[in-house]
This record gives sequence, C-alpha cells and structure tokens, in this order.
Amino acid sequence: MIVVAEEYSLNNSRKNELESLIKQKISVDDEDLPLWQEAKDGNFKAFQELMNRFQNRVYGLAFRILNNPQDAEDIVQQTFLTLVEQIDRYRGESKVKTWILGIATNHALKLLRKRKGQYYTSFNDRNLDSINHEPLPHPEYIAVWRDNPENLATQKELKILLSESLNRLEEAYRTVFILRDIEGLSTEETANILDISLSNVKIRLLRARLQLREDLTKKLGIEATRLISTHSEHPISK
Amino acid sequence: MTCDELLIALNEVVDSETALEIYKEFAAHLSNCNPCQVVLDNIRQTITLFQAGQEYHMPPSFQEKYQQIIESKWDEKFHKSKNEKNS
Ligand SMILES: [Zn+2]
Repeated sequence: MIVVAEEYSLNNSRKNELESLIKQKISVDDEDLPLWQEAKDGNFKAFQELMNRFQNRVYGLAFRILNNPQDAEDIVQQTFLTLVEQIDRYRGESKVKTWILGIATNHALKLLRKRKGQYYTSFNDRNLDSINHEPLPHPEYIAVWRDNPENLATQKELKILLSESLNRLEEAYRTVFILRDIEGLSTEETANILDISLSNVKIRLLRARLQLREDLTKKLGIEATRLISTHSEHPISK
Repeated sequence: MTCDELLIALNEVVDSETALEIYKEFAAHLSNCNPCQVVLDNIRQTITLFQAGQEYHMPPSFQEKYQQIIESKWDEKFHKSKNEKNS
C-alpha cells in the first residue's frame, strides 16, 4: 500500500471547530480593522498607516516569491493600488492582514507566471492531486545541526543560504511555505489565498519543509552525527 | 507506529504543541527512533531560521515614490483635486 498524507488526518472535527471559533474572533482580534474602516471612509492618513504597517511585509513576501528587488517593488505598488481600488469590496471575511497579503501573493504569482512564460502555467495547471499521491521523499541526510541556528553563520551568509534554499523549491511548495511558516497564516487562510484545498496546503507544506530540511541539513549538519535512517533502503510503499 | 507513518504526520507534530501529549504513539516512536527525532528537530530549526531575522526592507527612495503614486490614485478615487486639498 502506498501511504499518502491525505489519508492521514488527525482529529479533523476538533480542527474544524477551532477554525470556526477563530473566524468568529477575527473581527475582535484584528488590530488593523479600525484603520481600514477609517480608510474606507476616505481617510488617507489611515490608509497610509496601513501602508506603513504592511509595505515591508508585502515587499518581503514578493521578494521571496520573485527573487528580484525590482519585481518586489512593482508588487508593492500594484498591491496598494489594488487595495485603493477595492477598498469598499473588503467585507471583513478575513483579517485585514490576510486580505492584503492575499492580494500581494496573487499579484506576485501572476508576475512570476509572466516571467516564466507558459511553462509555468502548465506546471500550475498540472493536476496537483497527482503530486499529492506521489510518495513523500524520505529524509536522506539526517544529522544534528551545528550550534544554535542563529549562530550558524553571519547574518548575511545565513540570509543567502536561506534564500537559495527557498528558491530551489518548486513555486507551488515555496509559496505555501512562505505563507504558512514565514508569514504565519493559517492553513485555511493560505488555502483561500491560493484557491486550493486544505489538504493541498498541508501536503505542499510538508513537502516544502522536508526539502528545506534536507537542503539545510546538508549545509548545517554535523557530519559526525549523521544517522542512517532505518527506512532509507526501502521505498515508502510497504 | 512506523517511521513512514510519523513522516506523514510530521506537520501535526510540528504545528501542535500538544500533539505529542495527545498522540502517545508519536512520542513513543520518537523516543525509540533517533533518526525521526533528529528529522523533527531539523524541521523545527528550519522553520525557526526562516522566521528569525529575515526581514526585507524596501529602499527609502522607493517608499517615497510609490506612496505618492498611491496618494494620487486615492485622490482620484475620492474625487479630490490637488487644489481642493491644498486650500
Ligand atoms: Zn522513526
């Protein structure tokens, strides 16, 4: 039998319960909501405050997706232009943060598609369900990392190392990792932004995490602590 | 629980602080399987690394430029002319 992640879901009803509770709390907990409400009434200062709060986040998000500073700047501008255009369309169905990062993500992906041409489109349209049913890659290089992560290298070297690893990920995995693990969005928020299923978000995130772990451990692992995985000689099917 | 089963459930273990308490079989497997424990530690460290000190900052000159463009768009949308605003 081939084990696939979708077949394994923990305690789903409890999760759904929690998710609906979280939804109800959105309006209470959203510290950006008052600014958006003022902005909607035409207060530019409030909108400017939203820009100041989010511009570097949008910039970083776009930079990570597109790996190019000029493109990241374009996305910042496009994102806030869209927000001005659509300011009355937002209905509080998500946090303001999620709304802004969602628009930014979709602008960035659109530009990425343009940059990569049709090749990319065909990848994204490829039935990702088929990827979901491919066996997970097994961890190959398993070793304890040197020192504390923060002390591993100079900040600059670290930044380069991380951005290289991130860029080696396929876009479909990279974007999910950025939204979930770097931006801290929930599975549901990420699914809404990318218009994919919850299980798709989960499996892409797992694949992203596994690949990044493999990559970084090759750079940061202590060779002497390297372990031979008990399953490394066997394929995942059993 | 096998290594394969744990691999598939890794997200749950990473994302939920209580997963190991609730799902005793995970904890039991991890305490007996060093490779899985190290993989789990590696993944946690990977996420921590990406979250820590990874801020990007746009150039200040660009900030000024794009905010002006946004403000013009704003004025257009809310039907204000520059004159009106300055008076
Ligand atoms: Zn194991």
